[in-house]
Amino acid sequence: MKLKGAEIFLECLLREQVKVIFGYPGGSVLDIYNHLYDAKIRHILVRHEQAAVHAADGYARATGDVGVCLVTSGPGATNTVTGIATAYMDSIPLIVFSGQVPTPLIGNDAFQEADIVGITRPCTKHNYLVRDVKELATVIKEAFYIARSGRPGPILVDLPKDVMRESAEFHYPEQLTMRSYRPTYKGNKRQIARAMEEIHKARRPVIYAGGGVISSNASKELTTFAKKINIPVTTTLMGLGGFPGSDPLCLGMLGMHGTYRANLAVTNCDLLIAIGARFDDRVTGDLNTFAPSAKIIHMDIDPTSISKNIKVDIPIVGDVREILKDCLAIISEEKIKKEPRAEWFTEIEHWKATHKLSYKQGANIKPQQVIEKIYELTRGDCIIATDVGQHQMWTAQFFSFDRPRTLLTSGGLGTMGYGFPAAIGAQVAYPERTVIDIAGDGSIQMNIQELATAVQYQLPVKIVILNNHCLGMVRQWQELFYDKRYSQSTFEAHPDFVKLAEAYGAVGLRASKPDEVEAVIKKGLSTPKTVIMEFVVEGEEGVYPMVPAGAPINKMILL
Amino acid sequence: MLHTISVLVDNKPGVLARVAGLFSGRGFNIECLAVNETLDPTVSQMTLVTRGDDQLIEQIIKQLNKLIDVIKVVDLESGDYVGREMALIKVNVDDTKRSEVLSIIDIFRGKVVDISPSYYTIEVTGDEDKVKAIIELFRPIGIKEIARTGKVALTREGKERKP
Repeated sequence: MKLKGAEIFLECLLREQVKVIFGYPGGSVLDIYNHLYDAKIRHILVRHEQAAVHAADGYARATGDVGVCLVTSGPGATNTVTGIATAYMDSIPLIVFSGQVPTPLIGNDAFQEADIVGITRPCTKHNYLVRDVKELATVIKEAFYIARSGRPGPILVDLPKDVMRESAEFHYPEQLTMRSYRPTYKGNKRQIARAMEEIHKARRPVIYAGGGVISSNASKELTTFAKKINIPVTTTLMGLGGFPGSDPLCLGMLGMHGTYRANLAVTNCDLLIAIGARFDDRVTGDLNTFAPSAKIIHMDIDPTSISKNIKVDIPIVGDVREILKDCLAIISEEKIKKEPRAEWFTEIEHWKATHKLSYKQGANIKPQQVIEKIYELTRGDCIIATDVGQHQMWTAQFFSFDRPRTLLTSGGLGTMGYGFPAAIGAQVAYPERTVIDIAGDGSIQMNIQELATAVQYQLPVKIVILNNHCLGMVRQWQELFYDKRYSQSTFEAHPDFVKLAEAYGAVGLRASKPDEVEAVIKKGLSTPKTVIMEFVVEGEEGVYPMVPAGAPINKMILL
Repeated sequence: MLHTISVLVDNKPGVLARVAGLFSGRGFNIECLAVNETLDPTVSQMTLVTRGDDQLIEQIIKQLNKLIDVIKVVDLESGDYVGREMALIKVNVDDTKRSEVLSIIDIFRGKVVDISPSYYTIEVTGDEDKVKAIIELFRPIGIKEIARTGKVALTREGKERKP
């Protein structure tokens, strides 16, 4: 059967069971949009291409499926770069299909031409320029396979306009043979046995779990493993929800804004078991004093993550779920009993009691209070998206994530403007679930145009704006490290967020005093529409504990 | 220390940019680089020389392996190998220097590949030290210009290699 490139493209998406595309049309992709008109794939029209990528990213994080975007050439494609880099840093499977000028014009500085393959080479897992319609189906098959396998990541496929108009025999390959790409899933048995030997005899062990636990769907295995072998668990920002936050073994997040007990436990442990984590600088602080007396076991699917920042004693390359299953198979409960860890747990309890996460109530609304209230009223049964900054850290600290894929946040790149479109993506995937974007007054304005998208598709996303009238995290650094010289971190003009919501056809609510918080959240959560809930919060609140950048993580600035 | 790394890649457009971009983006050094088609026209071989301690070299090799188009990476330093480079050197010659230049060429088993009244263009092949040595000998005589290839290398047969 001969099909046009644009038809082949859509047929391939159907074969890959794509249910929704987030996109924005333009000259180079008009042929695709023309065929999309009759296709059985839902299309969500965003208001800015960056938001299309974040929405596909939020969709991918919430579901575990590959997110899909479609944008035009030139500016349409360059607008996706921040979204692609965000997904790349957090290993999120998504594919951006970008239009390109016709092949004879490539390199001619044609209208709306950009070398998007060149631009995105360092921030994609892989990318393609399709020059021949006969290659199209294979390229798309490869793109989906590469995006979701191994350490997942974003792929860009550049589609010149003439290739979309040419015809070819359509044949979707059943199987792929890629001689140069074969991810390792099974961990080495001998390494696993060595690791288990150390785990059995450790007196002061800690598990340090990252986003890999979530992307490999290993939460169940991790939870069983930690409980069976009685080891406390700290997670990274990306790992939140990978182990139940309310479990007694949970130490909370570690690192720059980690809990006192997590940071001290890591500093004083004799065995650190890193699972799907990458020893990011926001986690380790000073590398020389990170877990200084510990043996380190590192399970990760990406060999480059191992011994990149910290020398690892027992590396195990593979899918962490597979590795944990193999570990569970050789656990010896007898051996564990021989080595009592009571002393270790007493010490952790002591740290927990001395410096709990806390904040002081005041005359103004405290941002932490809003987050705690959201947790209380939803009982944690919701998907939370965040932007980046203080509100993101407070969410990580004060919302107890018990299930995987319930926190959508830009951990690696730290992208302001991520949360709202990501929440849209999650809400598209799960129309019945409560999806809440917790944002700051700065970051919400980086993609606020998407209110129109949410309203158009009747997506009942709840936007919580913690409005402190400043860039809180920037301000906090200026307060602590730049002599309180608040350079360009205060907003002297803001829109009226309630009226803004109304102007877009959404619902706007505001709380200005502590006793209004509960009523506003209740009202917002029970309104089946797109809602902005603005909370005018204390402007000078800081996020604590805090480890100054590059300092040892046990040297925290405490409240 | 210097490491010579052999990289087999899919012979596709953009592969060189991926490898070069990896080195510049991660702050790794490339001292020299040679790229050519292999017996199999769908595969290219890159031979690159880079500098770093063991941990850095390990990271470079892992990062190269992570590129989708890379088929195989071998750190030639982990075993025995033959490495050669070639230089074309244009040397100033007048009547007083001609015999000296010719005897140096003879010692180094080089060849004169072009002659003009005042210049010899000399071809010399060898390992890095040999090429360096002949350049140093010609320097006081007067070198007009030099063109050098990067190093190409193959493993020696029949030698055990570390994995």
